[in-house]
Amino acid sequence: MDSVVGERGLTYDARGLAEPDAVAPKVAEIDGDRASFDATGLSTRQINLELRRLLYEGGVEHVTVRNPGAKHSLGVGILRRCSIHFEGSLGYFGLGIIDGPEVTVTGRVGWSVCENMMSGVVVVEHNAGSLTGAALRGGDLVIRGDVGARTGIDQKGGTILVGGNAGLLTGFMMQRGRQIICGDTGPGLGDSMYDGAIYVGGKVANLGIDCVEEELSEADLEVLDRKLGMYGFDQPSSGFRKFVCGKVLYNYDSLEPAERKLIL
Amino acid sequence: MCGIAGVIHRDGPGDVGREITAMLQSMKHRGPDSTGYALYGAGGEGMVLRVKLADPRERGSIGWEEDLERRLHEVTTRLAKVGADVGTVDRTTDYALRATVDFDGDLKSLVDHVEDIPGCEVLSAGSSLEIVKDLGDAEEVSRQYGLARFCGTHAIGHVRMATESDVDIAGAHPYWAYPFGDVAVVHNGQLTNYHQWRRRLERLGHRFASECDSEIIAVYLAEKLANGVSLETAVKESLDDLDGVFTYVVVTKDSLGVAKDEMAAKPLVLYETASMVALASEEVAIRAIVDHEIETYDPYEREALVWTL
Repeated sequence: MDSVVGERGLTYDARGLAEPDAVAPKVAEIDGDRASFDATGLSTRQINLELRRLLYEGGVEHVTVRNPGAKHSLGVGILRRCSIHFEGSLGYFGLGIIDGPEVTVTGRVGWSVCENMMSGVVVVEHNAGSLTGAALRGGDLVIRGDVGARTGIDQKGGTILVGGNAGLLTGFMMQRGRQIICGDTGPGLGDSMYDGAIYVGGKVANLGIDCVEEELSEADLEVLDRKLGMYGFDQPSSGFRKFVCGKVLYNYDSLEPAERKLIL
Repeated sequence: MCGIAGVIHRDGPGDVGREITAMLQSMKHRGPDSTGYALYGAGGEGMVLRVKLADPRERGSIGWEEDLERRLHEVTTRLAKVGADVGTVDRTTDYALRATVDFDGDLKSLVDHVEDIPGCEVLSAGSSLEIVKDLGDAEEVSRQYGLARFCGTHAIGHVRMATESDVDIAGAHPYWAYPFGDVAVVHNGQLTNYHQWRRRLERLGHRFASECDSEIIAVYLAEKLANGVSLETAVKESLDDLDGVFTYVVVTKDSLGVAKDEMAAKPLVLYETASMVALASEEVAIRAIVDHEIETYDPYEREALVWTL
């Protein structure tokens, strides 16, 4: 369990957050490959340890966590295919660096949900805070409500689908992947984006530096129809506009250092 | 980092002391150094003054107890001298006072007389505002000052992680808007045009008890209110006048307002019903006082919101 229990040898903890001796509380009711537990009264670390115990050692494929209570950093670092259902809301930095799980959250999530997510599907029924899907690498992240500022900052792949409105600097410094915003977006859409595409169904307050509108192609419409349909959004794809990088700030050649070496 | 919280009951007084303590305690990880409260009681006691006689870190220094006794005596003497009729004087801790006075003269003169005593600082003054701030977490400060029993209509609070100045009461929020009664502010962020605003406000005769940028927000807003500007307008104008990143909460006798800078860089989560509004840097704080599933949202950039009793 060395990979599960860290923080040994801790010498300074001003904020009292570390729990070096925390162990999985073993409170889940397990029924075959399904399990559920109530997170009320459990610390962040206990909840995460219980999740890991069930998914990595308990042979469980589907976990329901009741009353997560908007605690931070829940469900992080799960690197296998499974399904997790949160009945309630998550705080900040939930579901970071996950690779594989299918997650549903019945409430909302705070800032920086699914940071650096590699693959899997996350569906949040209500709102999300800022930095939603920061540095997302893959998978689908669906927020049915509104999201805050800087959605998909530094996004490197995957899809972020927002049912409501998005705040300022949506797609800031985005490098790859796509975002589908059904509602309106705040100022500075796609500011300094390198690549990727942002589809917006509502109004755009204004565009960021080097972000331009492009015509929707047949392939775009197909992607939109598929993604919107998959998650039950009935908005017609024809009403969307597409925004991409204008590439006027591209002041470097497009070769990776390794590729340049090959050519030169 | 720091954490801020606020609660307002629009349908009459509630247990704001207990509520704001629970909210701040749940955000202890955002700031374990000091905790501060600005609470609005029922009023009706004339003017309430909260005075700090010394910083708790000086405890144990030579002549500590004698100094406190001398300062306490000096405070009551000076209050009488400026024409304030002193009602009750409670020593909430050995270095903190809560005094009620009957006074309708110039508040600035009264406060200046008290603050002229070395080591003394007026933390708040007004007909219903009471500011309590001290080192330690929310529960510790609440216990020390008996805040669990505090009943009122609205309150704000702050947990501080000292990053730019010492861990002491002078650096703790909330800040009272000297010399304007009943206005206080908590703030999470950094103002980049602090010195500019400080010089402007100093030219108008205001004093600052700290080097903290948050203090100017309180005085800036109160100065506008004193000039007849509404709180809504003052908060909106602050979005253009203040530079930097900020989410602040301001309270007056009958209102609570928030503003978020144009980069939306600092968090704020809001929960609103017909009877109450609760807001905090983290949702976990709101859930500390609401026991059922709730829907919350984050205000966007350049949002200025005000709720009135």
